[in-house]
Amino acid sequence: MKNSSTTTRSQSREVLGTSALRPDGVAKTQGDFAFSSDFQAENMLWGATLRSPHPHARIVSIDPTDAWRIPGVETIIFADDVPGQATYGLIASDQPVFAQNVVRYMGEPIAAVAADHPETCRRALAAIKIVYEELPVLFDMDLAIDPSTPPIHPDGNVFRHQRIISGDPDIVGDVIVEGTYDIGMQDQAFLGLEAALAYPDPGGAGVELVVATQWLHEDRKQIADCLGMAPEKVRLVLGGVGGAFGAREDISLQVHTCLLALRTGRPVKVQYSREESFFGHVHRHPGRIHLRHHADRNGKLLKVEGWMKLDGGAYASTSSAVLLNGITHLQGPYACDNSRLEAWATRTNNPPCGAMRGFGVVQACFAHEGQMDKLAVALGLSPVEVRLRNAMKTGDKLFTGQVVDSVAPVARCIRETDAIPLPAEPAYGTGSLELPGGSGRTSDPSHIRRGIGWGVSIKNLMYSEGFDDSAEARCTLADGVATLKFATAEVGQGFVVLAQQIARTILGVDTVVLDAIDTQIGSAGSTSASRQTWMSGGAVDGACRLVRERLFEQVAHVHNLNPLQLAVEGTDIVDTLGPLRVPVSEASKGLRIEETFLHRHRPTEELDENGQGNCHVAFAFVAHRAVVDVDTELGLVKVVQIATAQDVGQVLNPLTLLGQIEGGIAQGLGLAVMEEIVVDRGVVKNPSFTDYLLPTALDAPDVVAIPIEEYEPLAPLGAKGVGEPPCISVTPAIVAAIRNATGRDITRTPVRPQDICLPT
Amino acid sequence: MTDTTGFYDLVVNGERRQVRDSWVGESLLYVLRERLGLMGSKGACEQGECGSCTVLLDDEAVCSCLVLGASAVGSDVVTIEGLAPHGAPTDVQLAFVEHGAVQCGFCTPGLVVAVHHLLERNPDPSAIETREALSGNICRCTGYGRIFAAVETVVALRKGAGK
Amino acid sequence: MSVYMPTTVDQAVALLAQNPGACLLTGGTDTMVEVNFNHLKPGTVIGLRLVSSLREYTITPQLIQIGAGVPYARMETGPLAEALPALAAAARTVGSPQIRAAGTLGGNLGTCSPAGDGLPVLAALDAVVNLRSPRGIRGVPFQDFMVGVKRNSRVSDELIESVSIAPTSGYQDYAKVGVRNAMVISVASVCLVHDRHTASVRVALGAVGPTIIRAREAEAWLATQVDASTSLPPDEAVAIEFARRVAAEARPIDDHRSTADYRRHAIQTLTRRLYLRSTK
Repeated sequence: MKNSSTTTRSQSREVLGTSALRPDGVAKTQGDFAFSSDFQAENMLWGATLRSPHPHARIVSIDPTDAWRIPGVETIIFADDVPGQATYGLIASDQPVFAQNVVRYMGEPIAAVAADHPETCRRALAAIKIVYEELPVLFDMDLAIDPSTPPIHPDGNVFRHQRIISGDPDIVGDVIVEGTYDIGMQDQAFLGLEAALAYPDPGGAGVELVVATQWLHEDRKQIADCLGMAPEKVRLVLGGVGGAFGAREDISLQVHTCLLALRTGRPVKVQYSREESFFGHVHRHPGRIHLRHHADRNGKLLKVEGWMKLDGGAYASTSSAVLLNGITHLQGPYACDNSRLEAWATRTNNPPCGAMRGFGVVQACFAHEGQMDKLAVALGLSPVEVRLRNAMKTGDKLFTGQVVDSVAPVARCIRETDAIPLPAEPAYGTGSLELPGGSGRTSDPSHIRRGIGWGVSIKNLMYSEGFDDSAEARCTLADGVATLKFATAEVGQGFVVLAQQIARTILGVDTVVLDAIDTQIGSAGSTSASRQTWMSGGAVDGACRLVRERLFEQVAHVHNLNPLQLAVEGTDIVDTLGPLRVPVSEASKGLRIEETFLHRHRPTEELDENGQGNCHVAFAFVAHRAVVDVDTELGLVKVVQIATAQDVGQVLNPLTLLGQIEGGIAQGLGLAVMEEIVVDRGVVKNPSFTDYLLPTALDAPDVVAIPIEEYEPLAPLGAKGVGEPPCISVTPAIVAAIRNATGRDITRTPVRPQDICLPT
Repeated sequence: MTDTTGFYDLVVNGERRQVRDSWVGESLLYVLRERLGLMGSKGACEQGECGSCTVLLDDEAVCSCLVLGASAVGSDVVTIEGLAPHGAPTDVQLAFVEHGAVQCGFCTPGLVVAVHHLLERNPDPSAIETREALSGNICRCTGYGRIFAAVETVVALRKGAGK
Repeated sequence: MSVYMPTTVDQAVALLAQNPGACLLTGGTDTMVEVNFNHLKPGTVIGLRLVSSLREYTITPQLIQIGAGVPYARMETGPLAEALPALAAAARTVGSPQIRAAGTLGGNLGTCSPAGDGLPVLAALDAVVNLRSPRGIRGVPFQDFMVGVKRNSRVSDELIESVSIAPTSGYQDYAKVGVRNAMVISVASVCLVHDRHTASVRVALGAVGPTIIRAREAEAWLATQVDASTSLPPDEAVAIEFARRVAAEARPIDDHRSTADYRRHAIQTLTRRLYLRSTK
């Protein structure tokens, strides 16, 4: 297995700004890259998890006798076998490692087994007898908010209640539009299922875990707490990560796997099935949002008022942070002074929800963009015009009182998107795969109506509300080769290639070796919140610069120059004031320079009770225009084209940028027209890829993308994070296009066929 | 007639491989990965809805998760590991890397097998033919655009080479 | 626990007689999902993939016979597709290319899911399912074969060997609604077959009842309205009323994939469209 190699080709120098190729690319195409599910060990056991079939029940009794009798079963563990803290959680530690007396969602872990074969595990799980007493299921957000509803958890039924009041909250506009919007529960549906392999230390003094995660150090902290071990006794190594999108920020199988390994003294591998994965990780919060927008006669926004409710399901995960993001982004990328907003994140017996690409902003954007279209209609303006008249710019103040000091080219994003040519009018034959309905041959060309819709969004970058966020990286230069060490989870986004590009650019080296990604260095923080380019990129940049300073000192000493007059040009060190030119490979011969750098972003603060405070670090913006063909009679949709212009700061790698844009758009398309975890009174109805539908190659639209490249002075590399914005406003753009094609006031996403073609 | 219990032989990438002591319900995907150590084929759905486990079974691209391991006796199995005999990447593999068709990479081996199979049968597919041929391979990262670009490049390069 | 891989039908039938209740496996696209999802613990398995005669089909002017092991991929194009365009259209909507390379009509018949894409076509074509056992061959009309959700009238020692279809003369097509443009399970599907020989228009519905539903009352009504021994009239009013009557015979339910109302609406819409396509 070859998870990191040096590079794949070297025709041109793959520095910042070029489409440098991923170092793991070839190995991935050859099936030679080790994902976390690909690890095996001598004498290894398999582990599996027993989960609740009920969304809310009291556990009356557990009888594992029959399971113990199955040959090949090595251990069975329950809540009482957790040696340390019984619960875990990213923000609030409220989720049991194993349910003890009560289960609060369908799929909650109750026990785990280790055995010689996955099939033995399955039989053992089936043989554990549990008697449940089913309890009333709290599935409704309004009931959860109602103080008279009995709490389903000692921490209560509301994870967070937040309001924002700004300016003159009583101001009344000339034009008022109002709407209620519903967002379904989306799954991250990464392809590489949860998997981990734990190796116990001799005597059980510690454990090493190879795992696919977004945040090694946070995992380690939570695992160590639950194991009752010092964090340094728990060593994490990043197994290859098959996508993440937020779903690997929380603990899933980590503690269980370590416990099984420590209990048996043997390596244990746990690997979820797709069905289990739906129960094993958090999802995007479903929600309901009601907004009333006030504008003056010229279409200038005067006030936004309303409420937002997000359902966090049974346990806290990141619900409180998602809610903060949600409410603070209800404003959208529009200048406006006055607001009165209120938001709740609820606890119910539905599946736990937490981080997913867009993190609360997807929900907010779906609502505010629906409102902007209503405003356009009410004012007789085009969707583009109403957005341009309100487009936020650098220096504008948010409802929270925070001034947007990031680059904020909102109007430019809209205008450049608008300038992208529309696709050709449809010219389909009957039964064409390009028609809505695709291979089902449902539609004839005469049934198709085309629609165009818009979505524009603002997204915060990095963590918020005073979180002490940092990323560490180490750079070692020896004999012309740079070696980088960091704990940054590479989940597919391409940080590994970016890190190499930074080192090549700063140090003038060609060969950049990437050390193992593990906990043998300080935390890099989470690969989420569009933060790693900024944070870990900043750390690698800082470490490389420190190394370069020392290299310059060496060279300056040898040549009797002032180090400050040296610079790297290509692969040489040059004297900016004289003739000296030394290849870096030569200058670093026999040297070993190592530097570690900790990058921090500027501090943020918590919101006060009126939602005031500089809670976010920075912002990025994007515009999307969707063109759809709709079979209005059958309610089937084909997304034809997505045009987009995205505010990205400095472009560091055009190829990976495009990959983030196109990939995010496909996920936003999924939420618009097909992706939803269907939950009925806490029961998940579609935990499989047969019924949770992801876009296929025949559903993917043509994407025309323009990066809006404006150097961001706040960012270490001038570059903004680009991961989340692509998936945010594309969903409302597609739904707006469906409204445009059908004339229907569709207010929920995903849009189902019946929402388009049946009476409401 | 073959009576295969837990003991059988498979021909994988041209080699006869022994499977011993297996459970009857093991899929070809499980056998390839856990018994034969061929980790290139990936499992992501266990129900033929993602294509990550695509292999060639007697020259047909199939989902190895839906083939009973023991039922593959007497057939030729080619996995991602068997596509490029000497370890050098194929034109399809190189094009995937150079066009950004690889992000997390979990779907990639299955897609590479599917693309090779497509171009074997149809050396010059139209855009819609490519989309249909790859509609059984879910990619969650790329949105498919770079994958289509990689396929187009291989088609063009092969055409150029054939002239 | 054994896996047998016979190479002839006789061997397969003999094995089945010796192992009543054995799991018959063709493409594996249904059975292996059940195994992988822990719903089925296979005991004895008789794999049919190497029985070459099951993978053959014959087409004569009198009869089309399709082996139970012919994969869907081979129905999408070529002689079978020319002879049975509705089957080709249905085959093309089955799962993914990988599924179609493995999945078979025999498997569809063995599973008998109301959402099986091949089944409405067999119903509309009045196909006969040929079952082989030590007692010989038993031909069962499709309507008597599928008796409920995932239930059929095959007895435990019978092997689904083939289906027989009388060729028709006239338009035939299959259309299916799913919420994705490819690789999707049917929410509702319609097969319409116009046969000038028998002067009939036959319609079968998928995923809107416990079995595939033949809309026989609507078919009978249409017979009073049009002369099916010749080209059907492009009469919008007839199409609409026919579609309404067909949809009335559907028995859809609400589930996580769709609603009963939508399914009925889709049946009505697809029927009207297929009828009008048939007149062109």
